[in-house]
Amino acid sequence: MTINPDLQGRSYPAAEVYDVGREKIREFARAVKATHPAHFDLDAAKALGHRDLVAPPTFAIIIAQRADAQLIEDPAAGIDFSRVVHADQRFTHHRPIVAGDRLIAELHVDGVRAMGGGAMITTRSEIFALGDGDAREHVTTTTSSILVRGEGQ
Amino acid sequence: MSPTFNELSAGQEIGSRTIEVTRTDLVKYAGASGDFNPIHWNEAFATSVELPGVIAHGMFTMGSAVQLVSDWAGDPGAVVDFQTRFTKPVLVADTTGTQEPGATIEVSGTIGKLDADAGTARVDLTVVSAGQKVLMKAQALVKLS
Repeated sequence: MTINPDLQGRSYPAAEVYDVGREKIREFARAVKATHPAHFDLDAAKALGHRDLVAPPTFAIIIAQRADAQLIEDPAAGIDFSRVVHADQRFTHHRPIVAGDRLIAELHVDGVRAMGGGAMITTRSEIFALGDGDAREHVTTTTSSILVRGEGQ
Repeated sequence: MSPTFNELSAGQEIGSRTIEVTRTDLVKYAGASGDFNPIHWNEAFATSVELPGVIAHGMFTMGSAVQLVSDWAGDPGAVVDFQTRFTKPVLVADTTGTQEPGATIEVSGTIGKLDADAGTARVDLTVVSAGQKVLMKAQALVKLS
């Protein structure tokens, strides 16, 4: 199996909307052993000036990995998921994600380079919160590199 | 209490913590994140793809390591940027039915750089499990008031 080099520069438009719920923020916060009250208690979040419960700094991975799935599951990409290793990850928050946000992600394939018999693929998700009408606010940029191991790697 | 920019200096330590990890924690993280790759919960599958055993999600390690920074900052929303490279897997032993953790992760943080114009502090995290650095260049940028 070889990675399609033409993936570089490809974009996948925003698909479904992700509704950020309070219980999901609490569940994710517990799963990463977060204890800060702004993830759990509405009054604590509001006291810090947030509109609602604040998502942990890595919460956006849920939305980013859903966007990545479009690429990984694209038969034209030639990616064997069982050979995928997460190499690096970055989150840049233009504002914190809070409960009540309705998020969409645009996926961009920024880099594809051969490594041994495999490939390193760098993707970027631009995450926007939907507002009234056509309004949308840029919330978070995530970048991620995955190594698709070749045979014997 | 949130830290004040003027009281910080590069090289200053922000603290440390120990994270205990069990197989149950990995199942919880799988459910919370939607990442159900069986290498994070199924021993037979993990060893069949040439891993030494079940390993933690890199994103579990990254996500739990940053809690030191969220708590130090006093507001998780103050963490405006967070990045890392994943260098070594965290192997999690099956300790089901005991009180023992399957792995421990040691996290410590140091102020790496201060940017007075942006009002940000970069916290550099050292994240170690079983004597090895499992994250590299783990850096969180915190917006201070």
